Amino acid sequence: MTTVEASGRRLEDQHQHRWRRFKSGAMSALAVLSAAAVILPLGFVLFHLLLQGASSVNVDFFTRTPAAPGSPGGGMANAIAGSAELLALATALGAPIGVLGAIYLSEYSSPAVAASIRFVADVLNGVPSIIWGVLVFGVVVVPMHGFSTLAGAVALAIMMIPLVLRTTEEVLLLVPGGYREAALALGIARWKIVVHIVVRTASRGIVTGVLLAVARISGETAPLLFTAFGNLNWNLGLTQPIAALPLQIYTYAVSPYEDWHRQAWAGALVLISLIFLLNLSVRFLTRAKRL
Amino acid sequence: MPLPAEKTELEDSPIPVGKAASPWGNATFRSVALAAALVAVAILLLLVWQLVSDSLPTLRAFGLKLLASEDWNAGAEEYGALPFIYGTVVTSAIALVLAVPLSIFTAVYLTDLAPVWIRQPLVSLIEMLAAVPSVIWGLWGIFVLVPWLRTAVFPALRAVLGPIPGVGSLFSGPIFGLGYLSAGIIVAVMIVPIVTAVSREILRSVPNLQREAAYALGATRWEVTRIAVLSYARRGLLGAAVLGLGRALGETMAVTMVIGNSPQISASLFAPGYTLASVIANEFGEAGADRMYTSALFELGLILLVITVVVNVGALLLVRAATTKGGSRFA
Repeated sequence: MTTVEASGRRLEDQHQHRWRRFKSGAMSALAVLSAAAVILPLGFVLFHLLLQGASSVNVDFFTRTPAAPGSPGGGMANAIAGSAELLALATALGAPIGVLGAIYLSEYSSPAVAASIRFVADVLNGVPSIIWGVLVFGVVVVPMHGFSTLAGAVALAIMMIPLVLRTTEEVLLLVPGGYREAALALGIARWKIVVHIVVRTASRGIVTGVLLAVARISGETAPLLFTAFGNLNWNLGLTQPIAALPLQIYTYAVSPYEDWHRQAWAGALVLISLIFLLNLSVRFLTRAKRL
Repeated sequence: MPLPAEKTELEDSPIPVGKAASPWGNATFRSVALAAALVAVAILLLLVWQLVSDSLPTLRAFGLKLLASEDWNAGAEEYGALPFIYGTVVTSAIALVLAVPLSIFTAVYLTDLAPVWIRQPLVSLIEMLAAVPSVIWGLWGIFVLVPWLRTAVFPALRAVLGPIPGVGSLFSGPIFGLGYLSAGIIVAVMIVPIVTAVSREILRSVPNLQREAAYALGATRWEVTRIAVLSYARRGLLGAAVLGLGRALGETMAVTMVIGNSPQISASLFAPGYTLASVIANEFGEAGADRMYTSALFELGLILLVITVVVNVGALLLVRAATTKGGSRFA
C-alpha cells in the first residue's frame, strides 16, 4: 500500500467519522426539540387560561348561578357544587368496589383468575368515556325516565372502578408476605389480617390511588352529557338533572354568547386548578413514604 | 413500614383477637371481595349486552348496509356510518403521524440523552399535560388554536403542499379552520403523554448491556440509540403507538369541539368532518324517543367499542411482551 493511498483512506475515514458525529449531534438536537414541542402546548394552554380566565374568577363566579342566556353576569356556583356532589357519590360507589376487588385479587384469588380480572380491568380502562355515558343512559336514565345526579355518578363510578382496582392491587402486593405470615402464626382470622394489617399498611397507597382516580374523572365531560345532563339552576337532588363544571364549560364554549365564553375560560381555570391540586397532593403523599 | 413494637403484643393489639374466630367472618369477607372483583367482569358483559341489544332494531332493518352507507339523515331514516368511521380513522391517523415520532424522540431524550437533573421535572410536566381534561383542550382549540391554524398555518400548508400531485389533494380546497386536521392536531397533543410514558418505560427496560456493547464497537450516540435501543425495543414502541391509537379513536369532547361536525367524506384535510364519538356526543341526547335513531347511535357506539377494544388488546399484548415486569399501568 503506498503512502498516498493510505492517507487517502484516512481522509475518507475522517470524513465519514465527522459525518457520523454530525448526524449524532443532529439527532440529539431533534430529541431536545421534540421534548420542547411536547411541552409547548401545556405552556400555551396554561397561559391562555390565566390570560382569559383569571379576570372572570371572582366572588360572583363562586356564589351565583348562571344568568339568562346572553345576559351578562352570573356564575357557576351550581356547577361547582354539582361537580362536588357527583365526584363524592362516584367515589362512594366506585372506590369501595375497586378496593375490595383488588383485595380479592391480591389476597385470595389464584394467579390465573387475578390475571384475567386484571386484563378485564385494563380493557375497561381503554373503553372511550363516551361509551360509559351510552351504557348508563340505557341502564339508569331510561328506567328512571330522566337524566339525574344518580346516573351521572354511576357513569363516573364505573370509570373509577378499574382505575382504583389496578392501583390498589399494585400497592397491596407491595405489603411484605411476612406480615401476613406473622399474623397467621398468632392465630388471627384471615379477614382480620387483611383489614387490619394488609390494608392498614397499604392505606396511604390506596388513598393515593383513589385520589388519582378522582383527578382522572373530575374533568370528564363525555360520560355526563346524557346522564347528569347539566342544569342552569340549582339542584342537588338525586333524581333531577344536575350541573357539572366540565359540562358547563362545554355548553358555554360552544354557545354564541361572548359573556359565556368568558365564563367558560374562568370555569376551565378553576377546573384545572382543582385537578392540579389533586395531583399535587398525590405527589405529596407518595413522596412522604413508599407505601 | 414495620409495625410499631408495642402493638405486636396480643393484649394491646388493635385487632380484636379475644373471641374465637367465627368461621363466618372469613367466608363473608371473601365473598364480598369476590363480588367486588366480579363487578369489573359484570360491567364488561353488561356493556356488550346493552350495546348489542339496543342496536338490534337497526341491525335487523339495515344489517351491514349501515357500515357501507355514506348518508346520515335521521329525518329521512337514513343511517350511514361511513362518514363517522372515516372521520375517526382520519383524525386518529393524523394524530399518530404527529404524536408518535415526537413521543419516541422525547422518550429517547428522557432515557438516554437528557441531563439527569432535567429528567424528573420534564416527566412531571408531561404528567401535567396528561391531566388537562379533554374539554379544556377543546376550549383552547376553539378560541386559540383553530383561529391561528386558519389564518397562519393552513394557508401556508395549502400553498406549499397543495400543488404536489397526489398528496396535494389532502391539502387543497376551502379552509374553514374547523376540520379533520385541526381535530387531528388536538388529538395528537392529547395522546403524546401516554405514548411518551409507555415508550419511556419500554426504553428503560432495554438492558444497558445493549448500549454498552454498541458503544464498545465505536458507535456514536445516535447509532447506539438506533442500533441498540430503538431496534431492540421496536415491538414495545409499536405497542405504545397502538395504545395511543386506542386513545385517539375514542377521544370525544375536544374533537367534537373542533372537527366541524358535518357528516360527509372529503379528501381535503381542511374540510369539516365527524367522528363516531362526536356524533354520539352531539345527537344522543336529541334522539330521545325515536327508536330507530337511538338504535343507530347505539350501533355507532358498538362499532366504536369493538374497534377500540381490539386496538387496546393488541397494544396491551405488545407492551406486555416487551416489558419484563408484565402488565402495564397505562392501559
